[in-house]
Amino acid sequence: MSQVYNSEQLSKPVNGRFGEFGGRFVPETLMNALFRLESSFEEAIQDESFQRELKELLTFYAGRPTPFYYAERLSEYLGGAHIYLKREDLNHTGAHKLNNALAQGLLAKRMGKQSIIAETGAGQHGVASATVAARLGLSCKVFMGEEDIRRQELNVFRMKLLGAEVIPVSSGSATLKDATNEAIRYWVSHVEDTYYVIGSVVGPHPYPYMVREFQKIIGEETREQSIAQLGKLPDELIACVGGGSNAIGFFHPFVNDDIKITGVEAAGKGVHTDKHAATLTLGRPGVIHGSMTYLLQDEYGQVQEAHSVSAGLDYPGVGPEHSYLKDSGRVEYTSVTDVEALEACQLLTRLEGILPALESSHALAEVIKRAKKYTKETTIAVCLSGRGDKDVHTLQEYFGNQEDSQ
Amino acid sequence: MNRVQTRLESLFTDKSKKRFIPFITVGDPSLEVTFQLVLKLVEAGADVIELGVPYSDPLADGPVIQRASKRALSQGVQLPDALLLGQRLREAGVSIPLLIFTYVNPVIQYGIERFFADINKFDLDGAIIPDLPFEENERARGIAAQHGTDLIQLVAPTSQERLALIGKESGGFLYCVSSLGVTGVRQEIPVEVRELVEQARANSSAPIGVGFGISTPEQVKEVAKYADAVIVGSAIVQEVEKYTEELINETTRNSALENVKKFVRTLTDAIQ
Repeated sequence: MSQVYNSEQLSKPVNGRFGEFGGRFVPETLMNALFRLESSFEEAIQDESFQRELKELLTFYAGRPTPFYYAERLSEYLGGAHIYLKREDLNHTGAHKLNNALAQGLLAKRMGKQSIIAETGAGQHGVASATVAARLGLSCKVFMGEEDIRRQELNVFRMKLLGAEVIPVSSGSATLKDATNEAIRYWVSHVEDTYYVIGSVVGPHPYPYMVREFQKIIGEETREQSIAQLGKLPDELIACVGGGSNAIGFFHPFVNDDIKITGVEAAGKGVHTDKHAATLTLGRPGVIHGSMTYLLQDEYGQVQEAHSVSAGLDYPGVGPEHSYLKDSGRVEYTSVTDVEALEACQLLTRLEGILPALESSHALAEVIKRAKKYTKETTIAVCLSGRGDKDVHTLQEYFGNQEDSQ
Repeated sequence: MNRVQTRLESLFTDKSKKRFIPFITVGDPSLEVTFQLVLKLVEAGADVIELGVPYSDPLADGPVIQRASKRALSQGVQLPDALLLGQRLREAGVSIPLLIFTYVNPVIQYGIERFFADINKFDLDGAIIPDLPFEENERARGIAAQHGTDLIQLVAPTSQERLALIGKESGGFLYCVSSLGVTGVRQEIPVEVRELVEQARANSSAPIGVGFGISTPEQVKEVAKYADAVIVGSAIVQEVEKYTEELINETTRNSALENVKKFVRTLTDAIQ
């Protein structure tokens, strides 16, 4: 079902769709809320006072713009392309997630809602939402799978410190997919006074479009910084893709430029096993969380569980715009394994003194594979979507045994 | 247009009679038990039956039907089994309207065209797809109609101006969701549902069924005052769940089936 790439389709979805992907596959109860959200969003982004307030928060609260950093020692070590890192890890709360949460929090207030809800996997979006709720004086409930609560104990406590209520989800596989189901179920019951802050470019329209618009600041800054620092655009962009919000935000301002763009999915224990999260690589189109998109599913359309060492990529769906970018051939999607990501994480930490999130480490692992094949005239920009403090426990489990022998 | 009246149309011709529509999950606790449960539902006075297809991610369902889905999936029961069950029920002489209740993704994977063709082929009457709202179901509506089957449309308390849009297009009956939230037993059915039904009537010529949360004879009786049909799901599924072991065990199955029937009878008795 390959589609011809059409940049018009990307500037704004038509009838809530990017090509054939996207849409609003939700219970009737939510439809009115989605239409209201769409018109409030369109109004807000046209409104200078909204834009000004958001810009102020992004500048003085979140700490934007984030640096576009030349990874000199990593580039030298790999001996090929020059590698630049877009440092979203330096954003307040440690990841790109806050860009979107801040903007949606402001939108919630503008719509007169006092309560927000959010789903979270690794806890980064939960922390970002809880942070925004604290800053804007909103109440916040975060839905989180019991399995993830166990894996991400520190982030759970962090959300509680911020005053959010963490609601454990035990249904299904008790991970991000189920937390999202439960958040949607809660929203169906409380749609009139609650705003649902979706954390990625997934879900029913207008979420994938809206979240992209709130994350495209990553790519816009990268573009300006690249021109200012290098006098040109990067030759290639690489970002990790779970739901895919950091990647869409990074890619979007460049989709009409003549540069290479690559998204990296989590191959988990390998794409030849059944423990992976390589949705675009191995899935086929279907409906998850209100959106038509590539999906890991069995022959009957039952959603399958994803696996990745990084909780943020552990998702059987993907943003519908990525599905469009894949089928139209504009973006290449590839995948790297848990082990490759862990090794890349360690390499960056040792060479640059930057501990990347395991999600972002997937993008780095792909860079490591590619950089040496390129000449020194080539520049690769990588979205370092988050920092790895939250992953120290996982890293300790993996590298702990090796330490003794080194 | 000259065509045969559908079963649902015939059923709702006599507006003075109120109709009872139970839902059960196909394959909970097994396909064989579901077959027998349907026969009991018919004996207990069901007018239409919704056959629920188990799904891994039932977004519109509360815990009771989520658990039923899980049990059915663990039996390997899927959409094609629900269609074949319908066929088997027809062969066994069940003549009331039978509807397939399913989430949209299994239908997309099966093929929307093939799905409605099979509904027709197996002599079933239509489908309810809770996550395929009006704006997304134009194609499915057309296909359903081509095959002489109905895609039941849903309206909710939040539908407001959408009522006019949706009301025009509902085949079979219009499914009014009683209250905000997912399926499941509720202590009280909000009084506003009566208003919703009246607004729906003003916007649609289709008979009105009300569902979500209705679980007791008192609630059935109350809703039947203004609706044409009352839909009960979770309360019956909960009853089936209560007798899971007995239903699986062949020596105790019959008495368990009778117990479920007795419960359903209290609901059908309340309706007239």
